[in-house]
Amino acid sequence: MRRYLLSIFSQALLVILGVFILVFVMVRLTGDPTSVMLAREASEAQRAEFRARMGFDRPLAVQFVDFVAKAAVGDLGNSLHYRLPALPLVLERLPASLQLAFVGLLMAVGIAIPLGLAGGTRPGSWIDAVGRTIGLLGQTVPAYWLALVMIIVFAVNLRWLPTSGRSDFSSVLMPAFTLALPTMGRLVRLTRSAVMEIMGDDYVRTARGKGLSNQTIFYRHVLRNAAIALVSVIGIQFGYMLGGSVLIENVFSWPGLGKLAYESISNRDFPLVQAIALFTSLVVIFLNLLVDLVYPLIDPRIRYE
Amino acid sequence: MSNSALSPTALSKVEAEPSFWAEQLRSFARSLMRDTAGLIGLLLFLLVVFAALFAPWIAPHDPLEQDLKASKLPPAWMEKGDWSHPLGTDPLGRDLFSRILYGSRVSLQVGFFGVLIAGGLGLVIGLFSGFVGGRTDNAIMTVVNIILALPYLLFVVFIAGILGRSLFNVILIFGITDAPIFVRVVRGEVLRLRRSVYVEAAHSTGVSQNRILFQHILPNLIGPFLTVMTFEMSAMILYEAGLGFLGLSVPPDIPSWGNMLEAGRQHLQRYWWIATFPGLAIMISSLGMNLLGDWLRDALDPRLRRLKK
Repeated sequence: MRRYLLSIFSQALLVILGVFILVFVMVRLTGDPTSVMLAREASEAQRAEFRARMGFDRPLAVQFVDFVAKAAVGDLGNSLHYRLPALPLVLERLPASLQLAFVGLLMAVGIAIPLGLAGGTRPGSWIDAVGRTIGLLGQTVPAYWLALVMIIVFAVNLRWLPTSGRSDFSSVLMPAFTLALPTMGRLVRLTRSAVMEIMGDDYVRTARGKGLSNQTIFYRHVLRNAAIALVSVIGIQFGYMLGGSVLIENVFSWPGLGKLAYESISNRDFPLVQAIALFTSLVVIFLNLLVDLVYPLIDPRIRYE
Repeated sequence: MSNSALSPTALSKVEAEPSFWAEQLRSFARSLMRDTAGLIGLLLFLLVVFAALFAPWIAPHDPLEQDLKASKLPPAWMEKGDWSHPLGTDPLGRDLFSRILYGSRVSLQVGFFGVLIAGGLGLVIGLFSGFVGGRTDNAIMTVVNIILALPYLLFVVFIAGILGRSLFNVILIFGITDAPIFVRVVRGEVLRLRRSVYVEAAHSTGVSQNRILFQHILPNLIGPFLTVMTFEMSAMILYEAGLGFLGLSVPPDIPSWGNMLEAGRQHLQRYWWIATFPGLAIMISSLGMNLLGDWLRDALDPRLRRLKK
């Protein structure tokens, strides 16, 4: 157990370092950050002044250490567009994005897992057909396009739901559903195949041989083993949803991190984009760490290792 | 397969006969005919490839030709529609059907070359990682897991914003960022195959590493590799259109499905068709590749095939 904890924490630290390197490299991909962040018509004097102000004229190693050291005390740089520190701007948008991702995840889990469980235990049934269709649609329907179609149908024509913005609870339904669709599809597929595999395993056959009822087998064996496979995937999916909201938040003008990221790219405000990418990654890493901590609770094999 | 296959030389003799591949191909075709979904997938995929290859001959109009007198025409079957513009026109009077045909070129190029780069990188790195093992393997897999744990789309949007709009950049972005998936698949298969009885047998009879790689590992990798390729191609097409939708993919003067969606989005309230049809095109191509991928996975996996028989 101690070895397990040690390994997941050191893994998380490594991932954090990796994210810092990636984000650092990205802004410098073109070789000269000023060419990305300043307007094309900026003069050479303006560029030199900007380089000095941002510290881009220092050796790369110094810049990197400075970047990490400042981030460690909560300084993620300043937004060029808002002329404000980036971290408060990011934190201000975080609740909206988290709300969207959580509601979306609830929808995905609530719809996908029952369908996957039912389909996996009764392959070929009509409910399995429904599940497989959702599994396929999740992988093939462009979520941002479905968002547009849903706006046409439910907001413009039927006037049931607001077209965009974040107001009461009805405003979160369409963005959360479209954001959740790919995850929903993946979860149905995964649950279904996990259940089918487990049903063929020796311990299920043994349980049957002992004369346990289908219900007991399902709750004691199938569900618990499927949960092990699902928990880690759900953690990863949450990360995808936080990142995927770049598109969905834009369609619905949802005032979250994704919209801020897109606006900042249009404004060439890359210090802010960098802060968003860094911060979102840290949230995702933290959530994955939580999942890893929950893991031994459902899988005793890890506890006794 | 007969018992003679136990010796590696006998096995290679079987593979060398041309009838082996012919038989393989025939059994492929047979399994495709049996699998309706797979057949539909193949047809949809071919439809998109056909559209991309023959766009100049099928398209009724030049995709860039503007005609302000014919602006925002609805699809032909609606009132005020006109069969010279089967799917209607956009605000500049450009023919949507022709633009969708040409748009398939961007999507297929991104999907095809993106997958080629990602697959190539993944194959080389995955084989290396799986064969060398130990610390090198650990280090490579750590990097792969870091990249796979990140909020993917956010990073793709970030990089695209920095590099700027061009087809080449988009292909490169997807080619590189998607490689970790292939690395993981290839390495996983290599580890599985290396533990398998027949590779062990070949090894203990003194077959060289190179020969094991080319005779045993690579041929068995083709199945999972091709399957992942079709799925990733479909994912790249979805993501490329998503980037286009944000105005971060190919330049706006190139007709692409993503760019069309972006243009249609502003006219959602009154001219629904401008954004709807490019989305359908994306869905059709992605559906084709996914159905094809599902079938490939079953057909190329000899273990599954045996179960079915």
